[in-house]
Amino acid sequence: MQPKQSIAATGNNLKIVSLISVGKHPQSGRVRRADQDSRAVELGMKLLDSGNPTGGDSLVVLHAGDPKEPGLRGYAGMGLNSVQVLELDPAADAVAPLGEYLQQFAPDIVLTGVRAEGGESSGMVPYQLAEKLGWPIVPRVADIISVEAGVAEVLQALPRGQRRSLKIRLPFIASIDSAAQDARQSAYGPASRAMMDIEIVDSSTDQLRENWSEAPAKKRPKRLKVIKAKTAAERFKAATAKSQSEGGKVMQNESAAEQAQAIFDLLLEEGVLR
Amino acid sequence: MTDQNSFDVLRRDPRAERIIRNRLHPLHDTYINTGAGGELTEVRGPSGLLRKNPHNVGFIGPNGIKRIDRLKGNAAASGKGRRSSAAQETLLPLHQVENPDFYVVVVPDMVGGRLTGQDKDVIGQAHKLAVGIEGNGAVLAVCFGQSKEEHFDTAGVDRLLLLDDDSYEGYCPEQRLAALVQVESAYKPPFWLFPDSVNGGSDLGSRLAARIGERPAAQAWQVDNQTSICRGAAGTIDITRTTPRLLLLAEECADQIDETRHEALPVELGAVPTVIAKLQDQGQVAVDPNAISLAEAEFILAAGNGIHNWDQFHTAASILGATEGASRVAVDDGFMPRVRQVGATGTWVTARVYLAVGISGAIQHMQGIGQCDKVIAINTDAGCDMVKRAALSTIGDSQEILNELMTLVQQFRTQQSEGGDQDAA
Repeated sequence: MQPKQSIAATGNNLKIVSLISVGKHPQSGRVRRADQDSRAVELGMKLLDSGNPTGGDSLVVLHAGDPKEPGLRGYAGMGLNSVQVLELDPAADAVAPLGEYLQQFAPDIVLTGVRAEGGESSGMVPYQLAEKLGWPIVPRVADIISVEAGVAEVLQALPRGQRRSLKIRLPFIASIDSAAQDARQSAYGPASRAMMDIEIVDSSTDQLRENWSEAPAKKRPKRLKVIKAKTAAERFKAATAKSQSEGGKVMQNESAAEQAQAIFDLLLEEGVLR
Repeated sequence: MTDQNSFDVLRRDPRAERIIRNRLHPLHDTYINTGAGGELTEVRGPSGLLRKNPHNVGFIGPNGIKRIDRLKGNAAASGKGRRSSAAQETLLPLHQVENPDFYVVVVPDMVGGRLTGQDKDVIGQAHKLAVGIEGNGAVLAVCFGQSKEEHFDTAGVDRLLLLDDDSYEGYCPEQRLAALVQVESAYKPPFWLFPDSVNGGSDLGSRLAARIGERPAAQAWQVDNQTSICRGAAGTIDITRTTPRLLLLAEECADQIDETRHEALPVELGAVPTVIAKLQDQGQVAVDPNAISLAEAEFILAAGNGIHNWDQFHTAASILGATEGASRVAVDDGFMPRVRQVGATGTWVTARVYLAVGISGAIQHMQGIGQCDKVIAINTDAGCDMVKRAALSTIGDSQEILNELMTLVQQFRTQQSEGGDQDAA
């Protein structure tokens, strides 16, 4: 378990909203809770656990779409009392009603996944919401370390396993990366007991999307290595030669100190020494 | 340079070559048979036999020794041709766009200050789209931060907008977005292209799309001016749609530019308003390098058979902040765990910098480091394969060199921390 004293939300009364969507298993295609969204819920629950012990904080798990979707129960089984659902036509645009809801509710932190596992999965929802509400967005968050005096300290996941620390003023939107803590197990009993708070909203149909055609993903053709040799000798060389970078610098007679200095300069130039 | 080139150009006379090959050609004798003195070397004797005049054959070489060219002039030509083709790099034809009617804007990731493979794919895609629009268009690359790239011209950049102020350093998506909005209002580009990558292209592209109210095509992998095909639903479906103005392109979306050279002319952008950033970059956090998986580590210090002081190697790795790797021999001998093995039977690494200590470079190991950008070798043998592959090789005792390197890095670290303290105070 994480140490609890790290987050000191003294009298903050944080309002956290976690946006969830219906996921799809990448191999079997079965409906499930989406991986990144469930990590977002997990992070929200962690903030709640380690926050104000008197219970001033609140977590709302919000979905826009069909409330009868069985995938939503996967989130409820993580120990939620209720799931808030804005009932929509599946073909409708979800951003507008979500934006209105968030504007009214005025949460401090909104957590989402980076990309949905169904539909367009362009990852644009958090950005559009942020633009609509005028809030900052932090993409690919691995962890929220602390929330103090209206400023949150956030760890962002970078490629190659690196992390960046960011400070950000509340309220903000964060999309949660797959590097965040795994979601807890979903249990069947709590899942079936949880309430679905349904609110029927109406939204315009996504006109643009009606003209799109969808098909199961084809395997992409592999890029061929084109050899643009003019002569037979060049073709032969291209087929047989080992790929070796030519013109590398060789230091043979210098002292060890000079050689080490050359290596150090190269490391510094490449920016790998931190 | 041009003079030298014209001097080196091999002029072939196909007609003369044809005649030399064809012994029945009426002019064959005149091409073949003229010796040093201008007299014929082969004469048909009175009985019908060929008579050769040995004194007339060949020529006096540069050292005053007589040389006989038994290949009738063919060898010299082919030898010269081979030598010149190896020596000179052919200059690609220059693609110029004067007074472009429109700009297709590309915002490359520039990881480590250089164009990535995906960036080059996206630039190739930009040229494909520019050709499909009427008028002559140029590809404008907007690059943020310090650039180390030297080959913008061969990558296909017609115009280059380099924004390398201090305000664009580090993680500052809001400031970069302000600059892109400025570009949008200044150039009104028909297409905005971003690489859909975790290196920041996807983030910046999504921000711009939300700001200018475009609906982007994410993970687009087959794009022309009318329709584009994108991966949706976490890569399980293909969506065919009309091409929007803003595209987030997947890897290998188009072929890279490789047959032309471009101008890469610098362009200026008017003053960009300074944005009050809501995100404050606190810098990167130290991560345990050995907790990162070897396949995605950025900086690897690898040990081979040439390492004798293993304690020193482990200290060096922790001081440099490098992930540890090893060759098969070091693993088989029990000095390193199997998960650390680099190469065909171990892990195929993608490090940007690979520092190989005491590894001579078996072919299986070289396969494993095929994707590394910069390889540095420390070895005692100057003729080994690793030295041939490396961008920098130092020949000498690895223990001494590592010791010197560690002291240098420690000095650098102390200087840095002192500088940081001064900044804070």
